[in-house]
Amino acid sequence: MTDQPDLRAAVAAGVVGSEESFRALLGAIVEVARSIFGAKASSILLLDAETEELVFEAVVGEGEDTLLGTRFPAGTGIAGWVLATRTPLVIEDVQNDPRFASDVAEDTGYVPKGLMAAPLLHEEGALGVLSVLDRPEQTLFSLQEMELLGLFANQAAIAVDLLLKAREAERLLGEGGGELEVVARLATAVDALEDEKREAGLRLLNHLAKTLGA
Amino acid sequence: MQDVTAHSWDAGKVALPAWSLPKDAVDRIALPTHWPERVTREWALDGATGKGVRVCILDSGVEATHPLVGGLESAVVISMDDDDEVIADEDTEGDVSGHGTACAGIVRRLAPEASISSVRVLGSNFRGSGAVLLGGLRYAIDQGFDVINMSLSTTKKPFASVLHELADSAYFRRTVLVASAHNMPVESYPWRFSSVISVGSHEEVDPLAFFYNPSPPVEFFGRGVNVEVPWAGGRTLNVSGNSFATPHLSSICALILSKHPELTPFQLKSVLYLTANNVGGGT
Repeated sequence: MTDQPDLRAAVAAGVVGSEESFRALLGAIVEVARSIFGAKASSILLLDAETEELVFEAVVGEGEDTLLGTRFPAGTGIAGWVLATRTPLVIEDVQNDPRFASDVAEDTGYVPKGLMAAPLLHEEGALGVLSVLDRPEQTLFSLQEMELLGLFANQAAIAVDLLLKAREAERLLGEGGGELEVVARLATAVDALEDEKREAGLRLLNHLAKTLGA
Repeated sequence: MQDVTAHSWDAGKVALPAWSLPKDAVDRIALPTHWPERVTREWALDGATGKGVRVCILDSGVEATHPLVGGLESAVVISMDDDDEVIADEDTEGDVSGHGTACAGIVRRLAPEASISSVRVLGSNFRGSGAVLLGGLRYAIDQGFDVINMSLSTTKKPFASVLHELADSAYFRRTVLVASAHNMPVESYPWRFSSVISVGSHEEVDPLAFFYNPSPPVEFFGRGVNVEVPWAGGRTLNVSGNSFATPHLSSICALILSKHPELTPFQLKSVLYLTANNVGGGT
């Protein structure tokens, strides 16, 4: 059965942007975060609520060739802590603590000396975790950096929310089959038109809507 | 039904709540504390060790054997049964992350003779639900702790009203709830409630330096940057965040209460205000 929300999702799937574009946005966010903090690596982990796992959605620096798409249980490690408590955490001298180091290694694939991690908060939920690993050793952490980390995390949370919406729209579209797909195709096609052609396309859709009594 | 003659009672015989104050009963509310002409840092906490004050760390558990923690009065882990009743079992697991141990270590360092208890509201897989957090707070308030350190918050709005009631209940039962403000600009609780002492971070290195914020909701700032703390596994780490500023204020509360145990949360907050570095406590 097809209902109104599914149709809207189909239209959304046609126009809001592809998964690739949102992944690229996440990649750009971690790239800027790494650069601003002068860090060795930065990553965005996304919570897969069904499997209760954290998945690497964006990685730059150490581990960027191997970590993307890898998963680990959401209830472990530093990222798990940050996600569960929805609280940013900054830790240095990690290598002095073997247990801690192994936790971080589990999250990242390598053992950093220090890390900053902030939850990706959207509305009432925590969608994932932004991590920045190994800031320059000679600098002490400052509150200004905490503020900056929070700003990046907010930006990443918005991008992740859009990514999740795009995925949900795609999923609904897949479940809806051909009926919904044609709506998405129409939306995509009209959205891509320019100038007179776009106006003509919209006129055509309006005629169609009128004919259908919509 | 209890026979209470509310309009002709004798203040010395019937302990009714002070909902009104007849003119011949003013002595009944005489303050046990002798307030000095000027409340100073020296009067408030000089020489205090935290002795006699019970501090609760509501967190991920505490590693009692860590040398920088130095033992606990009690440790429980909270869960909820099928009827949503709070279950507090003895916690044999210790700290599931290290965060609670860090908070306890800060309290031990600043208020060495305070009694510290752990109420764990996070499972070993970190699946600490809002319900368990509320259950743990309810349990801690029922235990009558003097100070509850809450370096945690929830972003779940449905829990806000219950948390608000619990925070007010603690306030009137003389339990001081010291709650970490969120480091990020999000709505979370209970630190936003006026009945708690909410804490953000400053960058000073003096662990007893604290500041009053005239622009709430964050009311006080404590040391929260580059703090050396004990962590699970007998280790130490250098950490930053409001999570760690909060036990600094909890410790200061414990010090003040050990010297002036009669203080109500309102009075304690007033003392904090008057002795804050940017008010009257600066050196």
